[in-house]
Amino acid sequence: MTQFIVRRILYSIVTLFILSGTIFLVVRMTGDPVLLLAEAGASTEDLDRVRQQWGLDRSWPVQYLAFMENAVRGELGKSFNYRMPVSELYFERLPNSLILGLAATAISLLVGVPAGIVSAVKVNSWWDNAAKGIGLLGLSIPGFWLGLVLILVFSVWLRWLPTSGAGDWRHVVMPAVALGWYFAASMLRLTRSSMLEVLGSEYIKLAKLKGLPEVVVIGMHAFKNALIPVLTLAGVNMVVMINAAVIVEVIFAWPGIGRLLYEGIFQRDFPLVQGVVIMAGFMIVGINLVVDVVYALIDPRIRLTR
Amino acid sequence: MSTIATRPVVAPRTASGRLARFVKAAREAPLVAIVLLGGLVFMAIFAELIAPYDPTVPVPGATMFDPPFWMEGGRTTMILGSDFQGRDVLSRLIYGARVSLIVGLMGTLVAGGIGTALGILAGYVGGWVDQIIMRITDAWLALPAIVFAIFLAAMIGPSMWNIIIILGAVYWTRYARVIRGEVLSLRERDFVKLAEIAGASRFRVIKRHILPNVMNTATVLASLTVGVVIIAEASLSFLGVGVPPPQPAWGLMLAEARPTLMAGQWWLTVFPGVCILLIVLATQLFGDWLRVRLDPQQRNL
Repeated sequence: MTQFIVRRILYSIVTLFILSGTIFLVVRMTGDPVLLLAEAGASTEDLDRVRQQWGLDRSWPVQYLAFMENAVRGELGKSFNYRMPVSELYFERLPNSLILGLAATAISLLVGVPAGIVSAVKVNSWWDNAAKGIGLLGLSIPGFWLGLVLILVFSVWLRWLPTSGAGDWRHVVMPAVALGWYFAASMLRLTRSSMLEVLGSEYIKLAKLKGLPEVVVIGMHAFKNALIPVLTLAGVNMVVMINAAVIVEVIFAWPGIGRLLYEGIFQRDFPLVQGVVIMAGFMIVGINLVVDVVYALIDPRIRLTR
Repeated sequence: MSTIATRPVVAPRTASGRLARFVKAAREAPLVAIVLLGGLVFMAIFAELIAPYDPTVPVPGATMFDPPFWMEGGRTTMILGSDFQGRDVLSRLIYGARVSLIVGLMGTLVAGGIGTALGILAGYVGGWVDQIIMRITDAWLALPAIVFAIFLAAMIGPSMWNIIIILGAVYWTRYARVIRGEVLSLRERDFVKLAEIAGASRFRVIKRHILPNVMNTATVLASLTVGVVIIAEASLSFLGVGVPPPQPAWGLMLAEARPTLMAGQWWLTVFPGVCILLIVLATQLFGDWLRVRLDPQQRNL
């Protein structure tokens, strides 16, 4: 068990090194940031001075090691554009992304889980087909376009909800739906297949044979066991949504980390882009590590088969 | 025992049997998907012949933001109206199908190529090669694909071919993982062992025995990737890091329509989105059908 956990942690560290190294390389291979930092028409001496000032005169490996050393301490470098630490900018925006991610997760669960249960219980019925249709549309409708259509309907035509910005709950509704939509569909499919698996198991058959009412069998026995993979996915999805909401945040002018990344990209603010992307990697590797370890603790089969 | 085993389980390969099988296959074929995809492919190939106007220049005499023909102020010469430069929306949609299909297919091809090659390499060679490839796969999976793609596109710069390569470089991970798993079990099978004993080179074993056996899986995965890649391209173009203007891409059209959304000019936002929805829906339906045909055990890939 200890061996399994140690190995998983080592893998995670290797993963983060490869990821950060790749990002670091791509950023440096695609252009000289000094030209963006200095004023137009700056002399070679000026450029050299700027280069030295920002530590860009050192070799790449040295820069990388310095960067990683700082990253471990929670320092992600200094933004070119804002002239302030990236970590400060990042943590200022993170709460907004957490709110949006949480709301989108709630929506994906509220839509996906009930629909998945109904379609599994009434398999191959009209209900099941309707649920399959929703699942298909979830994959086919681009989330950002759904966001635009929501703005059109609820802001422009009905004038119920504000189009953009952050404030009270009314600002969260549309971005959360646009973001959670795709994940609701994946939640639906997982709930359905998980429920079907549990419903076909021996103990459910026994419970039915004992004459327990259907509601008790589904609600008490099947649902509880089918819920484990669903909640795991919900947790992982939430972390993904916090980090992957770039377009939705741009559309709704939501001040989260996705928008921070977008701004960084358009201002060619390399330390900012690099920092936000690497933080996303940290978060996702972290949640995957937690899931793996917790599953191994709960279920010995997992750690024995690997 | 042998008599049972040799009895044909499928319709015999006679003329009538072939016809029966064809009829059965035709009845099970995803009609909606075929019609939709066929239509879009047709549009993409013959865009020059179908589109009433040049998609990149304003139509002479047209004003900006003309509504579709059935609305007040619309005209029948420009059925779906005009955009912010007075260009014909319908023509742009038709040419946009070309961009979406090229990026969707080529991006999938690149992703599938990289992933299949790495998956076979990792699974068949094993050892430290396997370790390195799988750790790289893990690293790639540590970022949401769309964030990775936005990042790469922003760094490398916008163009259609760059987008194809970027999306290929982002979406190969699933192929590598799944195909590695398949190769691990294929490697232990008798026909592979026998080929190795007979002195076949590694390359020959991969080419003759491994690759043909993972092609079905790769095809099923590809059918799932096309739609994802098309949406990713639209997202990148929408953010301004994808297909550059004035090329008519659906994602770009949505971006250009954004300022007009508040003014209630809904058609500029609705039509390109519906096109994306239809093309992705068609590939999904087609993929579902393909999965049943090629993967009888219904392993949820």
